[in-house]
Amino acid sequence: MRPRFSAPARRGAIVIVVMAAGWLLSACGGSPGQSITLYNGQHVQTTDSLVSAFEKATGITVNVRSDDEDTLADEIVSEGSRSPADVIYTENSPALEYLQGEGLLAPVEPSTLTGTPSRYNSPAGDWVGVSARVSVLIYNPSLISESQLPTSILQLADSRYQGELALAPGETDFQPVVTSVARTYGSAEALSWLEGLKANAGSHIYPDNETIADEVNRGVVAFGIVNQYYWYRMGSELGAANVHSKIAYLAPHDPGYVLDVSGAAVLRSSIHQAAAQKFLAFLVSKQGQETIAQSASYEYPIASGVTTARPETPLAELQPNSITIPELGDGSTAIALMQQAGLL
Amino acid sequence: MVPARRRLPPLFLLGASGAVAVVLLAPLLFLLIEASGSGAGAIAHLIWRSLTATLLWNTVRLMVVVTALCAVIGTLTAWLVECTDLPGRRLWAVLLVIPFAIPDFVVSFGWASISTWVQGFQGAVLVMTLAVYPLVYLPVAASLRGADPGLEDAARSLGLGRFRTFLRVTVGQARGAILGGCVLVALVILAEYGAFEILGYQTFTTEIFTEFQVSFNVPAACALSLVLVVLGAVILGAEPVARGKGRAVRTGAQAQRVSRRHRLGRATLPVHAALALLVALALGVPVGASVYWMLAGGGPFLTGVSVLDAGWHTALYSGVAAALATLLGLPVALLAVRHPGRGGRLLERSTYLVLAMPGLVIALAISYFTERYAGGFGYQGAALLVAAYAILFFPLALVGVRASVAHAPVALEEAARSLGRRPDEVFLRVTLPLIGPGLAAAFCLVFLACATELTATLVLVPTGVQTLATQFWAYQQNLSYAQAAPFALVIIAIAAVPSYVLARYFDRLPGRAGAAS
Repeated sequence: MRPRFSAPARRGAIVIVVMAAGWLLSACGGSPGQSITLYNGQHVQTTDSLVSAFEKATGITVNVRSDDEDTLADEIVSEGSRSPADVIYTENSPALEYLQGEGLLAPVEPSTLTGTPSRYNSPAGDWVGVSARVSVLIYNPSLISESQLPTSILQLADSRYQGELALAPGETDFQPVVTSVARTYGSAEALSWLEGLKANAGSHIYPDNETIADEVNRGVVAFGIVNQYYWYRMGSELGAANVHSKIAYLAPHDPGYVLDVSGAAVLRSSIHQAAAQKFLAFLVSKQGQETIAQSASYEYPIASGVTTARPETPLAELQPNSITIPELGDGSTAIALMQQAGLL
Repeated sequence: MVPARRRLPPLFLLGASGAVAVVLLAPLLFLLIEASGSGAGAIAHLIWRSLTATLLWNTVRLMVVVTALCAVIGTLTAWLVECTDLPGRRLWAVLLVIPFAIPDFVVSFGWASISTWVQGFQGAVLVMTLAVYPLVYLPVAASLRGADPGLEDAARSLGLGRFRTFLRVTVGQARGAILGGCVLVALVILAEYGAFEILGYQTFTTEIFTEFQVSFNVPAACALSLVLVVLGAVILGAEPVARGKGRAVRTGAQAQRVSRRHRLGRATLPVHAALALLVALALGVPVGASVYWMLAGGGPFLTGVSVLDAGWHTALYSGVAAALATLLGLPVALLAVRHPGRGGRLLERSTYLVLAMPGLVIALAISYFTERYAGGFGYQGAALLVAAYAILFFPLALVGVRASVAHAPVALEEAARSLGRRPDEVFLRVTLPLIGPGLAAAFCLVFLACATELTATLVLVPTGVQTLATQFWAYQQNLSYAQAAPFALVIIAIAAVPSYVLARYFDRLPGRAGAAS
């Protein structure tokens, strides 16, 4: 009885050994020149073009680790002084406020902060605002007409919208809306509002805003609340012929009409402070802001006098409510309320 | 035939197996430590809320329905391929197994991107059934192949009808295999994440991910994971009970005879149509949808790593992990088979508990463990990802290694030893060639599982690296279907090779239609 498989087995073993050797070699060869590690909570559409422009302009390599902004903030807290991250870039301010509260951020260089209007920066100067986004309703006109849409955020909980609302409670973009409602109407009313949302959403509870945009667009559900850029990005991904949805704004200054700021910070534990500060300065520089204005990001540039180059309502014409960054806080109130309502 | 307990297991074997078991169960220990850290009251509060009831209901009803459907589909298809005169059996055997190679998140992507009906509960039932029925098909096909056809003849000659013979004798003989497959299906449903996220269906695993991602709440995530582990342990524990004492032992290979296959006759055409429909749904839709999106293409709006780069990292991590898992399986299998006893059996069974822990939980455990207790050593490194894969899929490796060790006759080794060969020579020149095919099968199985793994990879992938699965996920999450599609197709292509090898491996086992043993 001759062992039939010995030759293939031997060949397999050789392949494995070669692969392992290649792995070891590639692990040992470090890259020359300077590099920083970016914990990226922003969408890749926004980050990728910024990173490549920065690398080209400065010769500094950026290692990007992309994940949900809350996950990254949590990782940084757990990593403490050993964190491999030099810079964190988030979609919304609460994650940055949370890290600032934990004392993990280094002050941003003053010259960087002056690039952005001060109301969009950390009040303590520990992070800088990079771009803005605004909450809107996305709806499918074949399922609901514009006149039937709610005009205030509270109406989303009306029982007449039962089964028509799409909700992504786990999406960090939704937290500022909850915070704003709680601040305007108090926690008790915010809680019953959330319970109404839960009842109206029924089975249309989704993991993120991309899914809301997609499901509304395909006619699975009538409408939902997302940030404006999701709808524009979907249009550019799917092509105009496949867009069957529209967006609408809530009444001016409604508590649900929230302008959020995306920002970035250097970690106190970073051993590449200079390069990390350079990256922040680049984000709010004219070149960085132009990159955002031109890219598939569809977020609003807010610094260095740059405005969006995309066909969307200009930032200056928006009429959001007046909630400030300190009032939006670290999002813990919103999370607690959503947990109480059984949404998280 | 029976090796008996002729000597105590060598200390080396015991030590190595024990070490493997400790490593495998370490994540469970982590869960207990993290969850208990926040106090029993807080944990009770986290577990006893209405959300847990919803998750339990969602998870259990899906598990029951999908497992039942898979049991029926898997058993019927296995019977058709192994026991009837179905034309083109070998082609069907391969086509029926390949859907297992398509990651569940690609199947749900394929369906959800072309149909609005496929979402929520009904979507999850459809997608999961199509994605995992091969887990029942494979063991049942193997078992029917080895089953004694004489029993069927005896039942028929005693006056039992054709249908009742099928139900009581054929299914009865394969009962252990069906149950084993069902246990795997149930455990896969417990651990699945990507498919349910795409379909918008909330289960324990999706909620654990949310707790970890959104709420900064590691204790809550760990508490929910413990509920999941208990569910998984119940399923694993129930299996031997449900299996009962039924015995389906062949009189021995010597008594094998060429049995006639059941004639399908006029049913041949409808059966072909039904199998074609199944393959079209399970294989055609995901592949078709991916091709459609690739051709429909919205243009490259996102940048990312190339398919080549991602494919290299997928192959690298999966290959090293598969080799590691197979290697780790050897001492445990040798101990369990060559030195049967209570200790070895307990050790072997304990390693299956890993199956009850979702990849996400194991990844979080490893990540937190290195950060908290190991001073950040190896943190975010490739070695951790490979270790996670090896732990996660160790039971798959063990199944393959154990089967081949059990089939290798000890007598040949003894003969070699009596001829004066040293033990290491005997192992290299006799044992290893004998169990080689089984080791290759184990390697393929683990490689396949690693290449299609998503959740643990998302947590542990080194900074700046993308695998096929993570890059697909990044594009899919941003609705860049055109850019996600090529990655889906390459994953399918890479995974189809080991599944083909596996299908052929099972095909070599002795079966009906005159295979000589």
